[in-house]
Amino acid sequence: MPDFMDTGAINMRIAVLSGKGGTGKTLVSVNLAAAAKASTYIDCDVEEPNGHLFFKPEEVQEKVISVKIPKVDHELCNGCRKCVDFCKFNALAYIKNKLIIFDDVCHSCGGCILVCPQKALTEKEKVIGKVQKGASEQVAIYTGILNTGEATGIPIIKKLLEENSEVNKQTFIDCPPGSACIVMESIKDADYCILVAEPTLFGVHDLNMVYELVKLFNKPFGVVLNKCLEGENLAEKFCVEKNIKILGQIPFDNELGTLNSNAEIAVHKNEKYRELFSALLNTVTKEVQHETTTNP
Amino acid sequence: MKQLLILSGKGGTGKTTIASAFIKLADAKAYADCDVDAPNLHLITGRNDEPVKTDYYGLPKAKINPELCTRCDQCRQNCRFDAISIDEKYEVDSFACEGCGVCEYVCPVGAITMMPAVAGELMLYSDGEKVFSTAQLKMGSGTSGMLVTEVKRQMKSAAVDTGLAIIDGSPGIGCPVIASLSGVDMVLIVAEPSISGISDMERIIKTAAKFGTKTAVCINKYDTNIENTEKIEEFCKKQGLPFIGRIPFDHSAVKAVNNGQTIVDIDCTSGTAVKDVYHKTMNLLFEKGGE
Repeated sequence: MPDFMDTGAINMRIAVLSGKGGTGKTLVSVNLAAAAKASTYIDCDVEEPNGHLFFKPEEVQEKVISVKIPKVDHELCNGCRKCVDFCKFNALAYIKNKLIIFDDVCHSCGGCILVCPQKALTEKEKVIGKVQKGASEQVAIYTGILNTGEATGIPIIKKLLEENSEVNKQTFIDCPPGSACIVMESIKDADYCILVAEPTLFGVHDLNMVYELVKLFNKPFGVVLNKCLEGENLAEKFCVEKNIKILGQIPFDNELGTLNSNAEIAVHKNEKYRELFSALLNTVTKEVQHETTTNP
Repeated sequence: MKQLLILSGKGGTGKTTIASAFIKLADAKAYADCDVDAPNLHLITGRNDEPVKTDYYGLPKAKINPELCTRCDQCRQNCRFDAISIDEKYEVDSFACEGCGVCEYVCPVGAITMMPAVAGELMLYSDGEKVFSTAQLKMGSGTSGMLVTEVKRQMKSAAVDTGLAIIDGSPGIGCPVIASLSGVDMVLIVAEPSISGISDMERIIKTAAKFGTKTAVCINKYDTNIENTEKIEEFCKKQGLPFIGRIPFDHSAVKAVNNGQTIVDIDCTSGTAVKDVYHKTMNLLFEKGGE
C-alpha cells in the first residue's frame, strides 16, 4: 500500500506545459497555486521566468547555480591533444601551441579531465544562473533564472526540482515551451500533466506534440482549453477525436487578459475567476487522486 | 544575403504570424523556421511542393552490452547526466544521455558503445525559386542548437543569393536562440504589452546584445494594454533601440492563421500595420553604413 494512504495526504506534483508559447501556462499554474492556498509553485521556465512577477514573493533567498568547467595548467600540458580529440562538443582546441577552452559550449561531462595523461586539467565552477525561494501568502515560490548568454538551464531545473520535495503539498510546475530536453526534465517527476491549449492552428499542432511527449513518458494528463471563443474550437475538436480528458475551459475575456497582462493573480481579484480556478483545481485533484490510486 | 531573424523571448507573441507576413510581402526566396521544437511556419507558408526529408543525427548515445558488463559501476559513477541506472542490469536512459562518451571511455571491459541516434528530421522545400528550410526535433531531445545550425546551413546551401532571408526563431534565450543568432544581420523582436512580455523582452534584448546583433522592436496586440505599450516604447528610447511599430489585436488575424493564410492575404487592421513594420525593418536591414 502506498505511504500516502496511511496518512490520507497526497503529495501531488502537477506539471503545466503547452508546446506552443503564450498559451497560458503561467496563467494556469499561478492561479491554480493561488487557488490551492497552501501550495508550492515552481517556475521551470528558467529562460523566461514570469511567475514571480505575479506572486511578487517576499523574504526571497537566493542560491547561485554553477556548473563545472575545465581549466588548464599550461605548465603541465604537453600538447598531446587527447582532450581535444575526446570532446564531442568541440569545447577544446589546441591552437598555436596552446590549449584553449570554449566555456560556452562545454557540457561539463568531465571527460577531458579523465583523459588527460598529464593531469593538466582541473575543474572550476562557472555560474550559469540562480534559484530563488520566497513566499506569497501561503504559497511557496521557487524560481529558476538562467543568465543571459548561457545555453542550457537544465542544471537549474534539476536543482529546482530536487530542492523541492516537500510532502503533503500540491506542487505546480510551470514548464518552458517546446518539447525538447528542458521540458522533459521539468515533467520527469510529475505525477500529472496539464496541457494548456489555445484554439488556433498553431496551438493544435503544438498540443499534438506535447500530447505525444506525455504519452511517451507515460504521464497521466488532461487538457485545459484557454482563450475559448464562441463557435468551433480546433483544440476541443482535437481532444474529442483523441479521446483526451478536458479538465476545464477558460474563456477569451478582456478582463482576464488585462489582469494577466498587468501580472495580477486573477483568483485574488475577481470572484468569477476564483470560482473558475477552484473548480479546475478540484477536477485536477480528483484526476490525480484517481491516477495515483489506480496506477501508483 | 541579408538575414533577418524574428525573436520574442516570450512565446506566443506573434513571431510566426509576423514572419509569414514578411515572407509574403518580400516574396522571399529564402526562409527558415528555427523553432525546431515547436515549428509552425510550415502550416502557413502555403507550399504545395513536397519537402526533401533527411534524418538529423545528434550525438551518438551510449549502449551497454549486458553480456560484457561486469557491473563495476564505473560508468554510473562517472556519468554527469545521471543517464545510467541499475535495475536488473545497467541501462542508459537515452533521453538523459548527452553522448559525451565518458562511460565508453571508463568502461574497463569495452561493454559500452556509442550508437548513432536520430534526434530529429530536417525538411527542405525547394521549387527552384523559393527555398524553405525547417526541421522537427525529436520529442525530449537535446542538441536543439545544433539542429538550428543545420536548418540555417541547409537554407543557405540551397538558396541562390537572394538578397534577403527571413528566419523565424524560437522563444526563450537558450541554446536554440543563441544558435539562431549567429551570423544574422538583424533581429526583430516582437514584444507583447504585458508585464511578463516586458521582462522577457528585456532578457532577449540582452542576449542579442551579447552577440552584437542589430536589434529593433515592434509590439503586437499593442491595444490590449496601452500602459505597457508605452512602457516598452519608453524602454526602447532609453536603450537607443529603434522602435518600429504597433500592431493591433485583431480577431481576423486568428481567423486568417486558422485558414492557413497570412495576415497580409486578407484585408485587416493587423495586416495594414504589419506592412508598415515590414518597410521600416527593410530600411534598417539594408541601410548603408548601419553596420
